[in-house]
This record gives sequence, structure tokens and C-alpha cells, in this order.
Amino acid sequence: MARVLINLPARARRGEIIEIKTLIAHPMETGYRLGPTGAAIPRDIINRFLCTYNGEEVFRTDLFPAIAANPFIAFFTVAAESGEIVFSWTDDHGETQTEVRQITVE
Amino acid sequence: MDERSPDPPTRRLVLFGAAGSGLALYAPPAAASPAAMDEAIRALVGEATVKRGRVKLELPPIVENGNTVPLTVTVDSPMNEADHVSAIHIFNEKNPQPYVAAFGLGPQAGRAAVSTRIRLADSQQVVAIARLSDGSFWSDSADVIVTLAACAEG
Repeated sequence: MARVLINLPARARRGEIIEIKTLIAHPMETGYRLGPTGAAIPRDIINRFLCTYNGEEVFRTDLFPAIAANPFIAFFTVAAESGEIVFSWTDDHGETQTEVRQITVE
Repeated sequence: MDERSPDPPTRRLVLFGAAGSGLALYAPPAAASPAAMDEAIRALVGEATVKRGRVKLELPPIVENGNTVPLTVTVDSPMNEADHVSAIHIFNEKNPQPYVAAFGLGPQAGRAAVSTRIRLADSQQVVAIARLSDGSFWSDSADVIVTLAACAEG
């Protein structure tokens, strides 16, 4: 599966606002480019990004072809409890890549 | 959090693209026009008025490479249960589609700020619209000059 970079603090104070930065390797083929034969290269993009924190959805993005290749998304969330932050990216074929990160809140 | 952006009018754009590709060896895709962007914004907000302010859209004024343009949107909001930003939508004038991205967030975000990297097919205006929990819409826009357009390599 695609290579993923996720940047978030491993530890946070309770109630602290933390920034989460994500990047996933993906060509984000727009469907508007023409291939060597002059035919349009079929669209293949990640169209959905979802972040859940201990099972609760905290952030989501609908992506369109105007998002650059290797989509970078950065957002904030409140560090409420220790637990799991789950990231998932879904592409045009319906395939989902999921990554899990732990956070310790004290 | 439950707001989904409407599906873009892909069929129309595909038809436009198909018509264009028969005419020339390299046919740039049909561009969304400012009118198409207004239509897309209208589909999002309905009858509501979009007020300027509270939203800050940050884009470089001149970009050399339209394939990856950093974009940050921040909204002035206390982000509590009673008053928070529920969605941020990004639109453009001249890419093949008027939509760029739609972000869904809520009070658990703590701070209404998102960053991403976008493609721009031409020098144009980019618009960010935030939907607040009370149902109001706020916007900001930015003009960007692009020296090397996205998709230009064919």
C-alpha cells in the first residue's frame, strides 16, 4: 500500500489543541490529462479522508481532482483522552488504507 | 459533520472534454468558468447569503508551479458546542471542476484551521466558504497568479 507520513505529538496535556499533519503517496490522476495515444488517462484519486479519535469522527475531507498529488492534509483536534487516532483514505476504486496512531493524554 | 458536498457535474465535463479532444492533438480540458463556480456555490448555500469575513484564505499571490499550491484556511470561531464551524468548502474559477475540497469538522477540532496543497490550472480566484453551526455562511477569496499551470505537461 501507499506510503504514509503522519505527524502528531505522542503525548499531550488534557484539553490541549494538537495539530495533525498527514501525507499519503498517491498520483491523484485527474482524468483530464491525455496519455501518449491521445486518450484521456482515467481518473484515479483519493476522494475521501477520515480521521476518528477513539471511534468518534473528528475530521473528514472530500477530495477532488484539484488536490495536488500526494495529498497533504493538516488539521487540529483537542486531545481529550488517551487512545487511538485512526486515519483512513479511500480511493476511486473503493479501496481504503487505514493507519492507527496512539496518543497519550496526561 | 453530517454535511456532504454535492457530487460535481462530471458527466457534463466529460462530454465537454470528449468534444474538445477530437478537435486538436492536445486539447486542454474544458475549464470551469466563474459562472460554474457561482453555480456550485449556489448549490451549496441555497438561498442563504454568504457574508465576507471571519474566514481567512491564505494562498501565495504568485506561484511558479500550479501542480502544488499550499493553501490554508482559518476561521475565526470559538469552536464550542454552541458556536463552531461545521464545514469549509474550497472553490476555484478556472480548473476543469469548480470544486477543490470540502472539509468537515466540529467542536472537537478546537481550532478551525485546515491546510492542504492544491492544483491550479490558470491564474484565477480561489474562494473559501465556511458553514457555521448556526447555518450562516462566511467567505474569503484570494487571487493567485500561476506561471506554470497544472496539467500543462499534458
